[in-house]
Amino acid sequence: MTSTKVELAHRASANAAALYRGRAWWVDRVAQGVVFLGGLSAIVFILSIFIFVAKEGLGFMVADLNIKEFLTSPEWRPTEDSPTYGILALMAGTASVTGLAMLIAVPFSLGAAIYIGEFATGKTREVLKVLVELLAAIPSVVWGFIGLSIMNPLIMELFDVPVGLNVLNAGVILGLMAAPIMTTIAEDALKAVPDSYREAAEALGATRWQVIFKVVLPSAKKGLVAAILLGVGRGFGETMAVLMATGHAINLPTSPFDSVCAMTATIAAELGETAQGSPHYQVLFAIGISLFLITFVINMAADVFVRGGLRMRSKKA
Amino acid sequence: MSSFQTTDLNQSNRRKESLVRILLGMVTLTLIIPVGIILVTLIAKSEGTFSWAFFSEFPRNSMTEGGIFPALVGTLWLVAVALLASVPFGVAAAIYLSEYAEDTALTRAINLAIINLAGVPSIVHALFGVGAFVLFFEFGTSILAASLTMAVMTLPVVIVATRESLQAVPQPFREACWNMGATRWQTIWRIVLPNSISGILTGVILEVSRTVGETAPIMFTGAALFLPFLPTSVYDQTMAMSLHLYVISTQVPDVPEGLPYGVALTLIAIVMILNSVSIGFRTYLRGKKKW
Repeated sequence: MTSTKVELAHRASANAAALYRGRAWWVDRVAQGVVFLGGLSAIVFILSIFIFVAKEGLGFMVADLNIKEFLTSPEWRPTEDSPTYGILALMAGTASVTGLAMLIAVPFSLGAAIYIGEFATGKTREVLKVLVELLAAIPSVVWGFIGLSIMNPLIMELFDVPVGLNVLNAGVILGLMAAPIMTTIAEDALKAVPDSYREAAEALGATRWQVIFKVVLPSAKKGLVAAILLGVGRGFGETMAVLMATGHAINLPTSPFDSVCAMTATIAAELGETAQGSPHYQVLFAIGISLFLITFVINMAADVFVRGGLRMRSKKA
Repeated sequence: MSSFQTTDLNQSNRRKESLVRILLGMVTLTLIIPVGIILVTLIAKSEGTFSWAFFSEFPRNSMTEGGIFPALVGTLWLVAVALLASVPFGVAAAIYLSEYAEDTALTRAINLAIINLAGVPSIVHALFGVGAFVLFFEFGTSILAASLTMAVMTLPVVIVATRESLQAVPQPFREACWNMGATRWQTIWRIVLPNSISGILTGVILEVSRTVGETAPIMFTGAALFLPFLPTSVYDQTMAMSLHLYVISTQVPDVPEGLPYGVALTLIAIVMILNSVSIGFRTYLRGKKKW
């Protein structure tokens, strides 16, 4: 919060009042300390997530981790006598499902954001916004169940394939899940473009579509990229829906009808069956650390774009 | 408008525009309609499942019959403990960010931490819960461990909602109070918080809705597949609605078709009601505000 003149004056007088340290002064100090600790807690939590997950996976990473095998081998056989821990197939599973989900979610969410933000008015707009918000609230385990019980037979019938739990199923489910969130963020980005831009373009005789395409979208570009990045992060980290809808089979997918296995889902499916401290248990935590680091980078990148967008707004508004 | 002549160019532009409008409207609807169809399917397929017994009985016959009572109670436990843990932290953090923090490197770090807490995959939060609460603090697999895991995960929801509603209180309110000689905390406690309490409440309702639906973070930290009794303390394990849906739709053979549909619909209904209440509350407040 920027300091106003009154605020500065208040601080000065507070300093003067500090000579008389009554009860109110002490309460104020203590309260400031407490809320400061509350603020710090966010940093403490994110650091401890990294530390605790790394700690459980550390033994494996130090002793048994063969980086080359880990990253490039498609052989994920953690339970055999001579186990191999290659996560290439898991990464391919995550990438294929997230990729397909984004193919669906990006055009639809940007289209919906433009419609809600630039075309819809009054009641229609409010209703659409509320609907999108409600869609975003459906729990992921319910989406997984929908993939399992509604999409699965549908895909088997439509495409005449033996199994409907595959990249296509999970991709569509994940696309439907990510789209509402991306729509909301993208619409915020459009709203951040000052109305004066639109008015200037309209005064020059531009149609609504020309205003949107030539003025609004270019100005909101960074916020829109951030929306897409956050959608990718969401898809990447989704666990239950992907576990239930992909068919959960180790595979390097060659078609949308192949069953795959995602990194997140592997942890969820296998952690319960492993003995604490065993290599298999530790390698699952190692995957967790990889997931943490990847989403960390995605979120940071999105934040850079959002901040870039905000700076534009405050400079030009 | 009648004094202007419509040119050909003008007309073609207008046609193009209405085409675009229709197209984008259809795009928006394709996001919403599938979910409508899904809801109708869920309702149709769960027909006959709902009865008083469905909500009041324990599952029977290896979860192929009976109700969801212990899962409902367990979810209540998990939500209540998670709220107790996260709301104080979240509100304190929001007060700090809104009322005290200057634009420093530390503030930026806190904001980045919040963004990342919200963005870390739920399964990584689960791993954290196992490493920290179950093993390190030795809570074991318990309601306490599961709720704390979810509290950390949903902390950003409370922080963001609270910060927004604190910042919506006009600056002159604070300045007027300071001019009366009040300390910063007196201003926050007597003026800022009372004027934003309802906004904070909508955030808390949203957090409840998130917590109800989460599955991955509780799978290994405190939720059980099946328990023949209700939890009596935070050190017990419990069943939960979200995990119950996963279990009966993937792990248990010979479940009658209507049962998982019924559980899924109940879960969606709870979440939708909570979110609608939160949205309705927000709209009502926006209408009521006089500044």
